[in-house]
Amino acid sequence: MLEIRDLHVKFHSRDREAVAGVSLTIRDGEILGLVGESGSGKSVTAMSVAGLLPRSRCDYSGQILLDGRELLHIPRSELRKIQGREIGVVFQEPQSAMDPLMKIGPQVEEVLDIHEKLPKEERRRLALEALEAVELPDPEAVYGKYPHQLSGGMLQRAMIAAAIVIRPRLLLLDEPTTALDVTIQAQILELLKKLNAGSGVSMLFISHNLSVVRRLCGRVAVMQRGLLVEEGETDTVFHHPRHPYTQRLIAAIPTRERREEAP
Amino acid sequence: MKYAAKKIAAMLLTMVVVSLLTFTAFSLISGDAAEIMLGTQVTPERLAALRSELGLDRPLPARYLSWLLGFFTGDLGMSLQYHQPVRELIAPKVLVTLCLSVLCFLLITAVSIPLGLWSASRSGEALDGARTVVNQLCMAVPSFFTGILLSWGFGIALKWFMPGSFPDLGEDFFGAVKYLFFAAVAIAIPRVAMTVRMLRGTILTEMQKDYVRTAISRGAPRRRVLYRHVLKNSLAPVVTFLAQTMAEIVAAGIVVEQVFVIPGLGRILVASISNRDYLVVQAIVVILAFWVVLANTAADIINQRIDPRLRLGGDA
Repeated sequence: MLEIRDLHVKFHSRDREAVAGVSLTIRDGEILGLVGESGSGKSVTAMSVAGLLPRSRCDYSGQILLDGRELLHIPRSELRKIQGREIGVVFQEPQSAMDPLMKIGPQVEEVLDIHEKLPKEERRRLALEALEAVELPDPEAVYGKYPHQLSGGMLQRAMIAAAIVIRPRLLLLDEPTTALDVTIQAQILELLKKLNAGSGVSMLFISHNLSVVRRLCGRVAVMQRGLLVEEGETDTVFHHPRHPYTQRLIAAIPTRERREEAP
Repeated sequence: MKYAAKKIAAMLLTMVVVSLLTFTAFSLISGDAAEIMLGTQVTPERLAALRSELGLDRPLPARYLSWLLGFFTGDLGMSLQYHQPVRELIAPKVLVTLCLSVLCFLLITAVSIPLGLWSASRSGEALDGARTVVNQLCMAVPSFFTGILLSWGFGIALKWFMPGSFPDLGEDFFGAVKYLFFAAVAIAIPRVAMTVRMLRGTILTEMQKDYVRTAISRGAPRRRVLYRHVLKNSLAPVVTFLAQTMAEIVAAGIVVEQVFVIPGLGRILVASISNRDYLVVQAIVVILAFWVVLANTAADIINQRIDPRLRLGGDA
């Protein structure tokens, strides 16, 4: 459904290309993991797909095709019709990704307000449904709360609700669990799995944490210094990593965790 | 509402402290009122008699309390210079200055917020430098000078108002407001420039924040991002800034009232200071201080309405 062809991105303020020729495919209904250390270009790749590149401050080339439709070079006004509607994004830190002065409800509804002309009550109903789908206790109460009144885990659930409320085709998850503690992280991963199984929404899951990716993703792609160094089924990559960088990444996972998850 | 109640209590306390300080200061510096009234060629007996008549022989705390009581009941004592009650003397002038300040404040708010938004959304364009120059220029020109230009241009040349003949507020309200408008413009120009610059800076900082990126990722057009998210988040510092502006308006008003020959507090304040008519000066200083404290309290309460995070201590 999504195809990235030979993507190059170079910021004017940097010498090196942030993304130096990446080609990647996400199939319908799959969860693709994109792994790499900071600065490997994984986030820039995702931001390119989300249409969030600062176009005036970087050079870019290649193609990003969503169901055959090119996104990288289309005008902003066209892009806006896709953003949120077809592609939802969940960012790393829910506390700063939410507008601090707006209640959760309107923030969840915002994407509906932008893309669909729905009566107010209908929007509210859908928002409550989404808050319920992300397993927030008492959606009615959460709807009327401000971001600072919720915990990080609950906020991230609300962010996911805000992304899926309109049922997009693709969900971009940019390190959505990195800022959360381990138990909450596990719960969010479970939730994402459930949402993927339930609605068939495709996901691009970005993380520097291989063991997290392993729990969630069917396929994984590994990036290093702007290049895609390895791509394949998660199990294959884990058991038979071909690229030395991948081997090092796997070796870096704490051993007890590796043994426990290896069976 | 708890928060507002707390703020108002704090405001009243501040007002008491301000009035106490003002009263003490004037008692220390003003010299002997009885002496001023009677001149130097006077017998000690007459002096003592007048002192006890004015209540100057009583201790300071007692005089303060009776003065404060008088302040709230409208009895501000007698003017030494004009031999009429201070209240009668300054009441119409308070009204004029109040009208001027409010008019000026509305003008600043109504002009600077749209202008700040416009300036922020045009940042980085070719004309940005030109806008900065105009902004600096407006900030640098003093209000009394702009006042002289406006008075000459709109008053003497265009005859839109008659400089020097201020219509009575009660008789010709709109005529008076029209007259005050030009003075308000003179005071407003530098403050509008400052507010625009400040709002522009805040908006540009807010634009870099993550929640803006979230809104863009949802397909929100630029206008929506600006009005629904950024503007509200940028408003809190501007509200505080505008409250401080209120104090500056009053201060600038004293000078600009002279330029436009407006019978407000400014003229009588200056006259009373040179006449050592300390009861008048004292009353005006306290009124102006209260006005500024009131503006700041209003700003705090408004900010708390805008930003729910400030409600933590109050009604969260």
